[in-house]
Amino acid sequence: MMSLGIAAVALLVVMFVALIRALSGPKIYDRVLAINMFGTKTVLFIAVYGFLTERPDFLDLSIFYALINFIGVIAVLKFIERIEEYDEVEER
Amino acid sequence: MVPDLLTWIFLLAGSVLGITGAWGLMTFPDFYSRVHAASITDTLCAACFIFGLVFQAGWSLVTIKLLIVLTLLWITSPTSSHALVRAAYRAGLRAMTHGNKHSGGGRS
Amino acid sequence: MYLIQLGIGLSCFWLLLSGFWSNTLLLLLGLVSTLLSLYISWRIRRQYRLFSDWSLILRFPAYLRWLLVEVYKANIAVVKNIWFPKDYPISPTVKRLPMSQKSKLGKTIYANSITLTPGTVSFDFKDDGVLVHAIVEEAVVELQDGEMDQRVSKLEQVK
Repeated sequence: MMSLGIAAVALLVVMFVALIRALSGPKIYDRVLAINMFGTKTVLFIAVYGFLTERPDFLDLSIFYALINFIGVIAVLKFIERIEEYDEVEER
Repeated sequence: MVPDLLTWIFLLAGSVLGITGAWGLMTFPDFYSRVHAASITDTLCAACFIFGLVFQAGWSLVTIKLLIVLTLLWITSPTSSHALVRAAYRAGLRAMTHGNKHSGGGRS
Repeated sequence: MYLIQLGIGLSCFWLLLSGFWSNTLLLLLGLVSTLLSLYISWRIRRQYRLFSDWSLILRFPAYLRWLLVEVYKANIAVVKNIWFPKDYPISPTVKRLPMSQKSKLGKTIYANSITLTPGTVSFDFKDDGVLVHAIVEEAVVELQDGEMDQRVSKLEQVK
């Protein structure tokens, strides 16, 4: 099960880099992009971890997480768009 | 034996692609090009991981669930990156373009 | 008719995912959530009619196979851009591309395919065109050749 271990470590590295980008991103969209990527990597990580501990039930969690991640990103984007429209109205 | 080997190949390819995407996310100069780096990790990297796990799982309910995860990721990730780019564009974030011939991006 | 088909599909999905066929409580919960999803999709469909042609699913696998190869090639190209920025410099480009699809579903599939291939992202619809951002200029040129456009048009086949 070496391969699964390596895959899990690589995913953790990618997630870490995404977090750095999320913390340092110059624009708010960079942050959302990084969080989205973090979310998909979490889905994969849950799946790999389920195989690593030989409990494939974890896959249900990862399906669920994929859906929640998508809805979360869309909701955050709607929220940002609203705020920006509001700001423009304020400026006029 | 053969499934294990295939798992190795796919998982390693997925890991390399994931780290490549992360590296691109750190080094690319502007937001719109970072989207492309992230989309590598969302498409082929995810597919590699899932197929690696499929070879480990064999034919069972688990395989179908893995394929459902992949389908969900492949439908939702372009949708969310489209929504992200569109939100940035509507908000007036200008795209850095090559030679400034086409001044795209930004509504003002 | 549509609702019945969707209901059967959703019930099968629930049974497949839960894996419990005999637990009364779980079956009841499945029934409730199926009915709830049916109600929501009926409400969406009243305002926004997207999907009406089931024969599209039969034509889809061939398109998917072609798309997989495209995604693979595009991935390799962007990986080169990331690792060797000196030899393969990036040249971000924004362009408007025409769309020949007629239905909303066809347009959605086309835009989603553009976004799914790394290196190109669709970002806005205007009339019959789609705005595309690409990381290298060649990717836009390739899209302008219109192979993907034609394939999607063939896929939707509006009567």
